[in-house]
Amino acid sequence: MFSPKLRGGVHPPGHKELSNASPIRLAPLAERLYLSLQQHLGAPATPIVKVGERVRKGQLVASSQGAISAPIHAPTSGVVRALAEHTAPHPSGLPVLVITLEPDGREEWDPSLTPLSDPLALPPEELCLRVGSAGIVGLGGATFPAAVKLISSLQRGVDTLILNGGECEPYLSCDDRLMREEPEHIIQGALLMQHAVQARRVVIGIEDNKPQALAAMRRAAEGQGVEIRSVPSRYPMGSEKQLVQLLTGIELPAMSRAADSGVLMHNVATARAVYQAIYLGRPLISRIVTLSGQALTHQGNWEVPLGTPASYLINYASGFNCAPARLIMGGPMMGIQLPDLNVPVIKGTSGILALTREEINSDEPGPCVRCASCVRACPMGLQPLEMAANIRNGDFEKARSLGLNDCVGCGACSYICPASLPLVHLFNYAKGELANRQREARKMEKTRVLAQRREERVTRQAREREELMAARRAAAARKAAEEEEAAGEESPS
Amino acid sequence: MNQPIHGPHAHSSARLSALMLQVMLALTPATLYSFWLYGWPAFNLWLLCLVSALLWEALFLALFHKPVGAHLKDGSAAVTAWIMALCLPPWAPWWLAVVGTFLAIAIIKQIFGGLGQNVFNPAMASRVILLIAFPLEMTTWIAPEAVAASPPEITSALSITFQGFSTLLDGYSGATLLDSVKNQTAQGAPVSAILSQLDYQPIDSIIGLRGGSLGESTSILLLLGGLYLLWRRVITWQAPLGLLLGAAIPAAALNLAAPESYPGALFHLLSGGLMLAAFFIVTDPVTAPITAWGRFTFGLGCGVLTWLIRSFGNYPEGVAFAVMLMNSTVPLIDRYIKPRIYGRTRKGDPLPTTEKGASR
Repeated sequence: MFSPKLRGGVHPPGHKELSNASPIRLAPLAERLYLSLQQHLGAPATPIVKVGERVRKGQLVASSQGAISAPIHAPTSGVVRALAEHTAPHPSGLPVLVITLEPDGREEWDPSLTPLSDPLALPPEELCLRVGSAGIVGLGGATFPAAVKLISSLQRGVDTLILNGGECEPYLSCDDRLMREEPEHIIQGALLMQHAVQARRVVIGIEDNKPQALAAMRRAAEGQGVEIRSVPSRYPMGSEKQLVQLLTGIELPAMSRAADSGVLMHNVATARAVYQAIYLGRPLISRIVTLSGQALTHQGNWEVPLGTPASYLINYASGFNCAPARLIMGGPMMGIQLPDLNVPVIKGTSGILALTREEINSDEPGPCVRCASCVRACPMGLQPLEMAANIRNGDFEKARSLGLNDCVGCGACSYICPASLPLVHLFNYAKGELANRQREARKMEKTRVLAQRREERVTRQAREREELMAARRAAAARKAAEEEEAAGEESPS
Repeated sequence: MNQPIHGPHAHSSARLSALMLQVMLALTPATLYSFWLYGWPAFNLWLLCLVSALLWEALFLALFHKPVGAHLKDGSAAVTAWIMALCLPPWAPWWLAVVGTFLAIAIIKQIFGGLGQNVFNPAMASRVILLIAFPLEMTTWIAPEAVAASPPEITSALSITFQGFSTLLDGYSGATLLDSVKNQTAQGAPVSAILSQLDYQPIDSIIGLRGGSLGESTSILLLLGGLYLLWRRVITWQAPLGLLLGAAIPAAALNLAAPESYPGALFHLLSGGLMLAAFFIVTDPVTAPITAWGRFTFGLGCGVLTWLIRSFGNYPEGVAFAVMLMNSTVPLIDRYIKPRIYGRTRKGDPLPTTEKGASR
């Protein structure tokens, strides 16, 4: 068998050692938890609790709505204090609807939550439903509802379940620590998901810069029929398309889902959440968050109840040793800039980084000298410099014809660019602009169709009126003629 | 609230100025050796090129309302000037350097839009223009052994540089190897006789005992500089290999068929500006294609054209013409040689999905 090679990629310094040395610690409860109704991709959840209502730990507080959505559960017992808008963990800093929960400190579990006994004997659909009702989403950061992926994979039939233990983003070590500390739970979760989608095999890919995690996972996987594979450390190894290709040799066709090629990928942390949901009956109410960056005094990994304000977490766990130049949620390559720390931890918060100016190492953009470093770095085989040049000229269509929509936004090009060009920024801008235009075009088309229908209707009505009038006129004429005839008959000349 | 900044929130330490500095470092050994070979006039020429190029750059940046300081610091003008100096006859007069850098920096680079926008390699295009405009000055070569016998004093070096062609020069001038072979094969002399009459050994070209421009003298030091750049990943190997193969393969083939009319591959590789071109000129990113295969094709074209011009053209050396010609084909190469996008066929359609359950 040939060994497929990852195209492109970059080697940013890992900085994992900042946070991966100490075990995961439990973060205490904040005074207030802010449960965002939009912690996942898809439609926001609908709140089902009222202000003033007492809820128990793990109780459903917002139900999923629509085909792609995920429910939200109370991370602890307490009282709902508000249902109002709060700053969202998003670069815009725009508000989002949140349920404010005041913990009572009693940690009373919802008694209706029960673990499943012998889940592997249940029908696969049942497992998928349980995963869905536990509010589990992709914990690697994409936050796509896990059950939606499981069900569609079950329906399509997949051959291979891949667990992503790549964690190729610098600084982040939450998956690394989890694999070291709970490898059995990850394997159990993997086997549950394998059953849920009826996959033939399970492969777990882990970057070779995590030797302890690899060893722990190998030990736990022994005799379980789960294959652990070491993959080279190179960004973006943890990207779905790249890891699938490296582990299975399958190149996922453009504009298709992995399931279409018989592959399903989930993050290792998602597997652990599935384990907790099925074997412990515990919905997704907390997650592991990496706190890192040189602007913090203490880096490390924390198991954090969802809804915990980032400011509370950092104040408790670390504090700053200097003013951070930038706050980031997620990793430095694809993470998003936070407007401030007044945002809650959500299901997709893999890390909160406080970076110094030196770590960001950004520079004023210069002219492109066509050095083509970006072409070599692009894992998708694109030509970022050509796309960027066209976008700067306002030719978005040309950029699209060069493959703009195939860009996964990994940022390898921007990272390596010696002219410090904001390539990803340009691509995201153009993608947004193209989407807008498409929406505009659809709207125009709709308007055009409506206008056309109206015109048809108007002409039809006019025609009908005309016909009616003609018929009436004809009838009147006939009547007049008849009368005349009758009159003629009556009055002989 | 500041404008939100897109990721990545980290950057490599790659900077343009750092790359340019590496290029200059790689050029240093060959340049120093050339100074030793050709004496003070060569140093004067190099210095003049650098100073005048930076002045032209500053002037034209200011004319185009661009930030002068930031662009001067990127080092691109200095590299152009340096390569320009290596392309001139070692004892060329001052005005040749000043006009040369004017052509390279002002006309070829800034008028086309500045750094990153020029179509032609500034040093090569400038050399071509000078060669056509000033054929005598551009082909007055100096014999290194004559310099070694009586190196010019600093004062006479200054008069060589600034007073133009004095009688001083006559004692030092000599033809380049390519000149001699070209002229004499044209008269029907067999290659072996010419070379033995010239007492030619390939080692001469390696250690710079044959006359030529500064950058033509020491193939081995240029090669070492090039390998250094490859090692530091400042340049990629495709274009240099293409160039060397492009010149070597046809040379070897015709040499095999008619050894007395066509000199062999080694002769071509080590003579003239081929090594300089391979590692410092076809590797100029601005005027080369962006893909690996595109760069190989570009290099190959430069190599073949160089050999064709040397063998069948009117000029004994063809590197500059070849590079200029190939520069003009770069948009075409970039249009047709593209990487295949992940998940798509070469045509751009999505790949067919693999059979379910079939693991390759």
